[in-house]
Amino acid sequence: MQSSPLTTDQLQANFADLHPNYTRDEAAFEASRCLFCYDAPCTRACPTHIDVPRFIRQILHDNVGGAAKTILDANIFGGSCARACPTEVLCEGACVDNARAGAPIEIGRLQRYATDYAMERNLRFFAPGKDTGRKVAIIGSGPAGLSCAHELRRLGHKVTVFESRDVPGGLNTFGIAAYKITREMSLAEIQPILEMGVDLKLNTPVDAAKVESLLADNDAVFLAIGLGQTQRLKLPGEHMEGVWEALEFIEQLHDKREFEKCTIGRNVIVIGCGNTAIDAATQAIRLGAEKVTIAYRRGEDAKSAYNYEYDLGKSDGVQFEWYVQPMGFVGLNDRVTGATFVRTQLQGEGRKAELVPIADSEFTIECDMVIKALGQTPVDELLSKVQGVERDRGAVRINSETYQTTRRGLFAGGDCTSKGKEIVNAVQDGKMAARSINRHLDSKGK
Amino acid sequence: MIIPDLSTNCAGIKSPNPFWLASGPPTNTGYQIARAFEAGWGGAVWKTLTHDPILNVSSRYGALDHDGRKVVGFNNIELITDRSLEENLAEIREVKRLFPKHAVIASLMVESKREVWHDAVKRTEDSGCDGLELNFGCPHGMSERGMGSAVGQVPEYAEMITGWVKEVARTPVLVKLTPNITDVRVVGRAAKRGNADGVSLINTINSIMGVDLDTLAPKPQVGGRGSHGGYCGPAVKPIALNMVQSIAADKQIQLPISGIGGIQNWQDAVEHMLLGASSVQVCTAVMHYGFRIVEHLISGMENWMREKGYGKLEDFIGLSVPRVGDWADLDLMYRVVADIDQEKCIHCGLCYSACEEGAHQSIDITTVSEDDYVASLNGNALKAPVVSGGVRAIPGAGDNRVNIFTVNDETCVGCNMCSLVCPVTGCITMVEVDPRGPEPLSWRQYQQKLAAGEMGRLKPIPHAHRPLGNLY
Ligand SMILES: Cc1cc2nc3c(=O)[nH]c(=O)nc-3n(C[C@H](O)[C@H](O)[C@H](O)COP(=O)(O)OP(=O)(O)OC[C@H]3O[C@@H](n4cnc5c(N)ncnc54)[C@H](O)[C@@H]3O)c2cc1C
Ligand SMILES: Cc1cc2nc3c(=O)[nH]c(=O)nc-3n(C[C@H](O)[C@H](O)[C@H](O)COP(=O)(O)O)c2cc1C
Ligand code: SF4
Ligand code: SF4
Ligand code: SF4
Repeated sequence: MQSSPLTTDQLQANFADLHPNYTRDEAAFEASRCLFCYDAPCTRACPTHIDVPRFIRQILHDNVGGAAKTILDANIFGGSCARACPTEVLCEGACVDNARAGAPIEIGRLQRYATDYAMERNLRFFAPGKDTGRKVAIIGSGPAGLSCAHELRRLGHKVTVFESRDVPGGLNTFGIAAYKITREMSLAEIQPILEMGVDLKLNTPVDAAKVESLLADNDAVFLAIGLGQTQRLKLPGEHMEGVWEALEFIEQLHDKREFEKCTIGRNVIVIGCGNTAIDAATQAIRLGAEKVTIAYRRGEDAKSAYNYEYDLGKSDGVQFEWYVQPMGFVGLNDRVTGATFVRTQLQGEGRKAELVPIADSEFTIECDMVIKALGQTPVDELLSKVQGVERDRGAVRINSETYQTTRRGLFAGGDCTSKGKEIVNAVQDGKMAARSINRHLDSKGK
Repeated sequence: MIIPDLSTNCAGIKSPNPFWLASGPPTNTGYQIARAFEAGWGGAVWKTLTHDPILNVSSRYGALDHDGRKVVGFNNIELITDRSLEENLAEIREVKRLFPKHAVIASLMVESKREVWHDAVKRTEDSGCDGLELNFGCPHGMSERGMGSAVGQVPEYAEMITGWVKEVARTPVLVKLTPNITDVRVVGRAAKRGNADGVSLINTINSIMGVDLDTLAPKPQVGGRGSHGGYCGPAVKPIALNMVQSIAADKQIQLPISGIGGIQNWQDAVEHMLLGASSVQVCTAVMHYGFRIVEHLISGMENWMREKGYGKLEDFIGLSVPRVGDWADLDLMYRVVADIDQEKCIHCGLCYSACEEGAHQSIDITTVSEDDYVASLNGNALKAPVVSGGVRAIPGAGDNRVNIFTVNDETCVGCNMCSLVCPVTGCITMVEVDPRGPEPLSWRQYQQKLAAGEMGRLKPIPHAHRPLGNLY
């Protein structure tokens, strides 16, 4: 496989921030547009309920550190969320200025302005609570696990986080598109959480037996292992060199930002049309692929990518093949040279419409790289073995108020319970689960 | 078709339009004034002349910004002209030669001696200026030398000096009034007694612009110290309007008025004129945006006159003066209540917090689910949801609810507050409802009727029931 044809400078430019941080004047201008709504829709629409009008007003009145505190108090991953949240359907989608002026306040960029300010100055806003003598173990150091850890430390509980990888942060560190969140940014954001006195154990995968011993040795356990591998297609040729899983492809971009060492084809096919597919496709283009085609078995209207992601893909020059289903991959000496598709169509009306292949419509698209972006699967090898944990179609079942699983003392949140939402949902799960664990510990008595 | 005529005659000073530059930095030099006349200004009051040029400090100006808007208020600790009388007079002569139809008014401030004033008036008028403006208003620096507001704050001095000037003046004399006084009419009457031909107001208001939070020095600062400066700019317009109207309505004064203070757009100028001014003067807005704003002033006033059917300025000057009177004569029976147009409402809740926490607890919140809300929108494109990646976002909604705000007509006192804060034009209107009594009744009449036993005490509009206990 080949590496990028682009120069280091070109690559760095391609992976620079999608939206550079505001200058002071830009931030002040944008902040001055906010109406300071009462019971603000943006705050309600934010899954972590950041007090948006409050932090925007703090920016407006030159209290940027105070703004950062407002944000981080509700969402300790406020910096990542500012960069990667689908704001279009969250806070900004709810902003009343859509209805007044046809455009929302750019809440995400203001949030980034404030959180970057705090990060650049190494400001710290929170202190650990008074020691309660209680111990909680957390499995997984993604946004759900670490948000829970932070909140538990604020409440004074002892926290140990177990992480199978050699870096903390979960998908924030290795999965989010590199022009949104860099590895350095992710790790810098985590630093204050660790400084709260979180005992982080890297390279420590937890298996079912370890879950049992953690439950025995701790007052509660929080499960935040996210999701696993992307779905397999189970098609001929899938094992060939050049056929990639989206997550593997994206992960190589996060390693030290050495884009020149990344593997990239010249003619790339991405299968699927969700946000991960767009992330993979745009990053393939930015790495120097000459042609990138997203192939999706349904139509444009059925894509699960957000509009702004789709627009980014189109403006980056990604091409789209709608209503095509992959049949297999062809290759030479076990290296992929093409993907075979059959055309599909919808039969029937409305919701009942069924997707069916069109007879004799097979065709092959030449390519030297295929990226499968089909959504992640649950971590079955662990979850199926933990006693007493029930699941709904793979997702760990929890009580929606308490975050407790069907196993007493074992709590869960994040992607492993939602089957894949956003960073901000994982953060909220972690925070709320911590509060629930706190109540649970209270009710256990000493 | 009406072709509005903007020419004016203020106290005998004629100009092609009512827009004059106020005495200040924009009128420092003949060069600037010539540029201003080229740009369309009708007149200019020269930066206050005096016998010996003064020395200024550095820095001199400060500004009040408001939530992102620059210079909503402005102040200065600058003095009068820093150029010699000869230099200024030579330039006045040259400007008048180039622009014979434009008004050039010389502002004067000299030592409070009769012969000194006589000399200044004669020499200045020899330059060919169209009128004089006596600066009795500058609130800083000059007053410490017995000039400026030191004169303007003492009616006897103002009358005396105006009298001296009028003894020799051949052109119209305007007296420029200071607002730094309890009742501006008192000095207005003194000017009248001194035979002034007109008054101009307001000069700047005593102020400290702010304090620098790093150095703790006042703003503007001179080597870490500051002084009481003169405040002006958009924020002072209401104060100026109040004083202009009270001079215009005063039976003893009855002098032409040149209105000054906070004028930055044509509406401000029209308001000054509706309250009695026959010319208007502008300083801060020109310092902020330059001479070209006059195009906008002229075109705005022309359009308004055309739409209103006014052919000349006299058709509307002073029309609103009699509409201002004592509170005691207002009709207590008149009643308006707020009305919210639900089609326009964007659910920001500003009216609610304003009324609930800052007024009379007369706006109620109810909530509807997102689905019901969307169903009720019927095609309102601006408020329509956005669907992206299969997820729906609704402006104004969150947590599966939309807040609906409605006014309680029983308790709404019609204070205007909600309509003032509502960000959507025309969304909250104040509508007239049935008056509270069969006939108009002012407080004065009410007191008389009470005393005569013709009626009993009236009840105020009831407050909404908000028990304290709910909070605890
Ligand atoms: C390609 C891609 C792009 C995305 N882009 C965005 C985006 O732009 N914006 C957005 O908001 N969201 C995005 N998401 C979603 C977001 O990343 C997730 O919702 C979020 O990271 C979930 O957090 P989590 O803590 O539940 O899981 P994760 O972030 O997956 O973290 C789980 C952690 O648990 C560890 N772990 C797993 N098993 C074990 C074990 N047995 N023992 C110990 N540790 C274990 C993992 O190594 C990992 O560090 C994206 C997701 C993907 C896949
Ligand atoms: C910097 C500055 C200098 C001024 N100098 C004078 C002056 O020399 N003589 C005078 O009569 N008024 C002076 N004024 C007052 C203005 O003429 C005017 O009365 C006042 O600024 C209000 O108008 P505005 O709100 O349009 O600025 C000055 C104002 C400013 C801002
Ligand atoms: S909804 Fe928009 S205008 Fe209102 S507070 Fe939030 S960001 Fe500001
Ligand atoms: S007019 Fe005043 S009292 Fe009436 S609803 Fe508005 S704010 Fe409340
Ligand atoms: S202030 Fe105006 S737009 Fe906002 S909720 Fe009230 S009525 Fe609606």
